[in-house]
Amino acid sequence: MLVIALDTSTPAVTAGLVALDEGGPRSLAERVTINPRAHGELLMPQLLDVMTEAGHELADADAIVVGSGPGPFTGLRVGMVTAAALGQALGRPVHPVCSLDAIAAQADVTGQLLVATDARRKEAYWATYSGRTRIDGPHVLRPADVPTEGCTAVAGELAEAFDLPVIEPRYPAPVGLVAAAADALDAEPAPLVPLYLRRPDAELPGKRKSVLTRGAR
Amino acid sequence: MTADRVVLGIESSCDETGVGLVRLAADGTVELLADAVASSVDEHARFGGVVPEIASRAHLTAMAPTMRRALDESGLELSDVDAIAVTAGPGLAGALMVGVAAAKAYASALGVPLFGVNHLGGHVAVDTLEHGPLPDRCLALLVSGGHSQLLLVEGIAERITEVGTTIDDAAGEAYDKVARILDLPYPGGPPIDKQAKLGNPKAIAFPRGLTGPRDAKYDFSFSGLKTAVARWVETAQREGEDIPVPDVCASFQEAVADVLTAKAVRAAKDLDVDTLVISGGVAANSRLSELAAQRCAEAGITLRVPRPRLCTDNGAMIAALGAHVLASGAKPSPVDLGANPGLPVETIVVQ
Ligand SMILES: [Zn+2]
Repeated sequence: MLVIALDTSTPAVTAGLVALDEGGPRSLAERVTINPRAHGELLMPQLLDVMTEAGHELADADAIVVGSGPGPFTGLRVGMVTAAALGQALGRPVHPVCSLDAIAAQADVTGQLLVATDARRKEAYWATYSGRTRIDGPHVLRPADVPTEGCTAVAGELAEAFDLPVIEPRYPAPVGLVAAAADALDAEPAPLVPLYLRRPDAELPGKRKSVLTRGAR
Repeated sequence: MTADRVVLGIESSCDETGVGLVRLAADGTVELLADAVASSVDEHARFGGVVPEIASRAHLTAMAPTMRRALDESGLELSDVDAIAVTAGPGLAGALMVGVAAAKAYASALGVPLFGVNHLGGHVAVDTLEHGPLPDRCLALLVSGGHSQLLLVEGIAERITEVGTTIDDAAGEAYDKVARILDLPYPGGPPIDKQAKLGNPKAIAFPRGLTGPRDAKYDFSFSGLKTAVARWVETAQREGEDIPVPDVCASFQEAVADVLTAKAVRAAKDLDVDTLVISGGVAANSRLSELAAQRCAEAGITLRVPRPRLCTDNGAMIAALGAHVLASGAKPSPVDLGANPGLPVETIVVQ
């Protein structure tokens, strides 16, 4: 089957077309641009380039897989709404997958793995894995507060922030996204819920300030 | 002769997720087919204003369901759509981006042209769904929580220029702030309008911003008015008086309506246009429409105000503008189209 894979949970704007058969997922074409401020502009042109290079139409895809984060909000939404709209217009299922799972799916490690990406504000989005199975996370914490005990390696964009051997990949890639979603592709898709992990910044209004600043009695 | 074309519009610049469908006839007229809106206004109420991140999250959740509702309402399918228009700006960056990304995906999947259009132009274009084609030249007064603008429209898809704008708060913002001063709910427009009907508009002489002989003729200022209301209310409170909420609302509303309509009519006369369109969320305000009708009649100006549902942010207005842009033969926007929170009003379609 042919699967469109999208991820915008990190500064990498990622679009790919993946063939999934007996031998596992295989990338037919992909475009990745590292640009934290251009997800909205770049994702769709990149996907169209991918389809052209692979010699397929968007409608040839059987399913869509999208990284559901965690990731900085504005960029993350670009991938998710693109996937949702494509799925609706093409009549294809859209499967969300934790973006950290996609990184873990491509990491070559035996033992326990930490995956960490940049949550900004000096914090990391992280999860730990035993093989491909997520055993903790995803959470958001300062790197110093992330429990790394038992981990033998770290992957992901923020890998350097930890005192562990650093391994690839740094970002979710199309093959990793499809690999992480592969078991779910035959089932009814899970709801498209982004993993924000943080509440919106919003302050409740305080007491109104007096405008009678002068002449107060 | 071209056959009828169906244009889909997507709006996400603030707190409403809108999807609209219009039919563009061969003669250039547009007809409303569907207008589905999901609003996150209730989620913002306790914050006393729109919280951008809450609005953006709501857009993502609402996009596909709102699209479904619009299609069901029209009895059409996405495969019937001939072109897509989306609000490219102005508006909240994160909110706009959800609509733009969705529109690019829909247009690519359907293989139809995409037009990134100006939200402000949409507020004007929507009137053609209700009152038919606009004259070659007209003036538009846009009043809402986000806008207070006077625009000269010389062809809805050709040329829109700003004649005047607010130098501080939007009119709707002043309503929200005054509502807070008076402990009325958010958004402030409807409760203030309701209270004002019970009060005396001449009870308190609130200032008319920027109406001095040396002030900018067509610009607005509502910040001083809001402060004047706060000062009046606080002073009364300190003196232990009960606040006559209906009178405060009526007098405040009178000041807003007076300045907006006086400046709009003056601009229409100066620019020699005989049609005024009032649109935006505040257009539904009873005193504004009443005073505008009276002053336009006196000045011999034709007043056009779309029904309230079309005045507030929605996808139909974007579909309407998209249809006029399509009819004009404009080039579609590129697939690397981005959201532009500060899109100038002169840019009708992003190229
Ligand atoms: Zn608006």
